[in-house]
Amino acid sequence: MSADCLDIRNLSAVLANGQRVLRSVSLSVQPGEVRALVGESGAGKTMIGKAVLGVLPSSVRIVEGDMLLEGEDLGRLQPKARRTLIGARTALIPQDPLTALNPSRRIGPQMTDRLVRILGWSGQRADARIRQLLDEVQIRDPDRVLKSYPHELSGGMRQRVLIAAAFAAEPRLIVADEPTTALDVTVQKQILRLITQLQREHGTAILFVTHDLGVVAKISQKVSVLYAGKVVEEADTAALFAAPQHLYTRALMAATPRYTDPFASLKPVDEAVLAGLAAEIADADQAWRPRHG
Amino acid sequence: MDEARIARRGVGPRLWLAGGWLLLALLAAIFAPLVAPQDPLAQDLMLERLPPFWMSGAEPGYWLGTDSLGRDLLSRLIFGGRIAFIVAFAAAFAACLVGSTLGLIAGYFGGWADRIISRIVDIWMAFPPVLFAILLVAVLGTGLSSVIIAIAVIDWTRFCRVIRAEAMGQSRMDYVENARIAGYDRIGIMLREVLPNVVPSIVALLSLEMGIAVIVEAILSFVNLSISTDDPTWGGIIAEGRLSIHQAWWVLVFPLITLILTVLSFSQFGEALKARFDPVLR
Repeated sequence: MSADCLDIRNLSAVLANGQRVLRSVSLSVQPGEVRALVGESGAGKTMIGKAVLGVLPSSVRIVEGDMLLEGEDLGRLQPKARRTLIGARTALIPQDPLTALNPSRRIGPQMTDRLVRILGWSGQRADARIRQLLDEVQIRDPDRVLKSYPHELSGGMRQRVLIAAAFAAEPRLIVADEPTTALDVTVQKQILRLITQLQREHGTAILFVTHDLGVVAKISQKVSVLYAGKVVEEADTAALFAAPQHLYTRALMAATPRYTDPFASLKPVDEAVLAGLAAEIADADQAWRPRHG
Repeated sequence: MDEARIARRGVGPRLWLAGGWLLLALLAAIFAPLVAPQDPLAQDLMLERLPPFWMSGAEPGYWLGTDSLGRDLLSRLIFGGRIAFIVAFAAAFAACLVGSTLGLIAGYFGGWADRIISRIVDIWMAFPPVLFAILLVAVLGTGLSSVIIAIAVIDWTRFCRVIRAEAMGQSRMDYVENARIAGYDRIGIMLREVLPNVVPSIVALLSLEMGIAVIVEAILSFVNLSISTDDPTWGGIIAEGRLSIHQAWWVLVFPLITLILTVLSFSQFGEALKARFDPVLR
């Protein structure tokens, strides 16, 4: 099948008060590819992930655009069919590994439940599958982990469990929403390596949401730079870092702290660039009318 | 793990003291005919207003003294415990079932379901509870089931409000969103993901509510609107004791102590149980 794993076309979303949070976003993720979605906080990167997974907050409304998951138009499906499709083909690696696990249930049933109830696997098969995945994320004592409650595990362990859970049902697309932000730096590195490794082995496409350009460079093949709900630049990761085209991308890179000069003061993103962008976006909003809805 | 151990140790004495008293009172109530030293209804005017055992003039076999009709106070308290516990369990469970269900629905689903349920709760809470109870019993007629129904009808809002808030907080957690993405249906998520996390609060409230039910039943008995006047009830004994406070203070004081200990134990027991049920504290 030649269809993109995920294809978002001209997606716009507004808040209840009419303020635009996504501005005609278009991006695609090829099968087996990692697409980074980078931007500062409030740029709408998480919003795009939630839109794809069908869990936008009720205050946000999609007013135009299409989302195609493996060629199937999510907007045209009945809610139930959409849920089933999203449940079977996608998964989320969340930002905060503590609140993403149910505190009152043991890890084991939490992980197998989805395979048994949603995909209809036998308990035995689900259990074997989960153990295999725990091994892949280098958890050496699966018996203890499966019997634990989430609070009994460290943050890094919880994130491994969530990565294992995300890959367990062999989704076509994983949305990783800043999966390393809540972890400390040494653990971040291991987790990134694990995600990359599992992604290669399983051939899963990932939409990797992050604000960290260092992470983008390490993990992704393609990158979309987002500012105020608008994709300002889109390129191969290598090309972007070699020659950033857009002013904002360059400003963002200039503001990234370097390990080679740790005592240099932190620079904010160039204000002149932001002012220019804001004016541009305000003009575009003036002219914009949703094409349908 | 260490924190959990400490929390557990802190919970110990409270749980045992409160649980111990409740167990004692409950067993005495269940086996009242075997345990009670006298017939609680037997009147003997020769034995009226006997003082408790440590005072001069006390009769052996009448440990806590007698009331103005010569009935044994301890036996009356033990038999009164039967009604107190029946009302406590039945009314609290009924209130819990109604209130928690509605609270869970309002908190998890939000939107119009929440608006309707919350408005009903607001209206309900505007009634003064004890007057509401007296009114209800007056309409339903006196009797055990009327008292239970009245308490449940008044107090379900207590569960509803707390469980709604808890369910609302839990529903915003990422694990609920994750379950949505995985494709669980809403009711399944409510029951399987959200409910287990509000159970500790339900348990604590349930125990607290049992204490409140005991008080309300006592109040209704006090104003002579509870069960038929023949059966001893704690509130009824208190009402009688009030009349003879100057001649026989014990008839008022002992049922009050029993009532206070029981209500306090219920609330402490609930708190301790909540800590036990909470996986993060366990």
